[in-house]
Amino acid sequence: MSSKTLIKQGAEAKLYSATFHGRPCIVKERFKKSYRHPSLDQSLTNQRIKSEVRALLRSRMNGVRTPTVYFVDLETSQICMEEIRDSVTVRDYIMSVQKSQSLEDSIVQLKPLGRKIGETLAVLHQNNIVHGDLTTSNMLLQSDPMNLNLVMIDFGLSHFENLAEDKGVDLYVLERAILSTHPNSDEFFSEILDSYTQSNPGSADVIAKLDEVRMRGRKRTMVG
Amino acid sequence: MVIAIGFEGSANKLGIGIIKDGEVLSNPRHTYITPPGQGFLPRDTAKHHQKHALDILRKALDEAKVTPSDIDVVCYTKGPGMGAPLVSTALVARTVAQLWRKPIIGFLNPYQPSDIEMGRLITGADNPTVLYVSGGNTQVIAYSQRRYRIFGETIDIAVGNCLDRFARVLKLSNDPSPGYNIEQLAKNGKKFLELPYTVKGMDVSFSGLLSYIEEKAPELVEKGEYTPEDLCFSLQETVFAMLIEITERAMAHCGSQEVLIVGGVGCNKRLQEMMGKMAEERGAKLYATDERFCIDNGAMIAQAGWEMYKSGQTTPLKDTFCTQR
Repeated sequence: MSSKTLIKQGAEAKLYSATFHGRPCIVKERFKKSYRHPSLDQSLTNQRIKSEVRALLRSRMNGVRTPTVYFVDLETSQICMEEIRDSVTVRDYIMSVQKSQSLEDSIVQLKPLGRKIGETLAVLHQNNIVHGDLTTSNMLLQSDPMNLNLVMIDFGLSHFENLAEDKGVDLYVLERAILSTHPNSDEFFSEILDSYTQSNPGSADVIAKLDEVRMRGRKRTMVG
Repeated sequence: MVIAIGFEGSANKLGIGIIKDGEVLSNPRHTYITPPGQGFLPRDTAKHHQKHALDILRKALDEAKVTPSDIDVVCYTKGPGMGAPLVSTALVARTVAQLWRKPIIGFLNPYQPSDIEMGRLITGADNPTVLYVSGGNTQVIAYSQRRYRIFGETIDIAVGNCLDRFARVLKLSNDPSPGYNIEQLAKNGKKFLELPYTVKGMDVSFSGLLSYIEEKAPELVEKGEYTPEDLCFSLQETVFAMLIEITERAMAHCGSQEVLIVGGVGCNKRLQEMMGKMAEERGAKLYATDERFCIDNGAMIAQAGWEMYKSGQTTPLKDTFCTQR
């Protein structure tokens, strides 16, 4: 690996741009959290690196685009992976579409993207890959966004689980993330759910769980 | 100069506070304490409030050195909370308002998202991310797109509920509160037990962790592998780390540089210390959390009422009802 330059600092990792044997790559380095008990911190960091690498690989094997993993170092808590060049996050793309067009036009233009996201999630869930942190910032569109080359990233909270509950919560997390980040995105999310349901034969249980998790929302009893 | 008196009794604490222009004159409180291993039930809690209401009112007036005629406005909690205790407390507030011929203001708990503006006014924080942690709530709230929005919350039980229920497993005293006793024991905990850690996006889940520790605790203590202190310590370290993590995610998401903890669990010193470290690492500011924002209390309601009274709003007597949610 060559010398690296910091490109972004997130809540739990720093992203560097570097090269790996001549190929441009991204180094994701998880850093220590001093507020956490040291053994909890170490165990969470290792767990998340492993989950991330496993899910990146497993998603690719099932036809969902993710960055290729080049190298993993648990000692320094680093994952070195393919750089998705010439890409924008789905978050930025939605914002730019909504900014440049009327509400009605943007809903129409974002429809195919919603369908693509729904199909992609269906593939992940059919293969029991639960992402754990679905947001529009964790999805990239490579080259021309109209081509819908969707690349999924940030699998640190992922796990493999065949439970409808976990998949339902996955969708719930996405719903909350979309509605809190993007105004007037109800129809966009319905489109995602619609195409998810059509592409995933086992979706009935998941949608039932999604409804149940939504109900759990607001009011909790203080007794008991 | 405005003097406001606030009545709060939405759960197991009955509090009456008097505020004069932002200064707390008095804030006595009485907590309904159940025997170790038991929670509080609505009917018994209401009886407790009925029994102590007048004594606490007398104490509040005496400590503040004011007479009923000095008071400008009477405030009380409309909800959310348990029905019977709420109604008992509201009855006292309505009665004194009419006896003393003072206007009355009914409040939904100030830390419900729609009213969270209050927290901002009181602390002077400009754009804080708020961690609201109590027996009934666990939410991360932040300001985005001109509105307060819930970014993360528990998808099952509240953090305070999780701590209280674990305290019952260990048969810890409910005096002054189960969470306080867990905090004291945790100070002497040394050996860390790894527990299920569940963060999903910006949401957390405690029920799996609670079942796990409820099941394991008696055996681990009996065998002498872990002391109750170690278990309290491990539980706190784990659940608080989850809370800090989702708060940090929300701050990163919104680009917020201020953080405020409210709710009963916010009194926990270890939680405050962890939040402080996180804030420091991000170059953010943690706003001081004192009891005005932590436990349910009368001063908090009086403060909220004081703000509202100054802006000319009061509640007509016919609208002074209560609501459980």
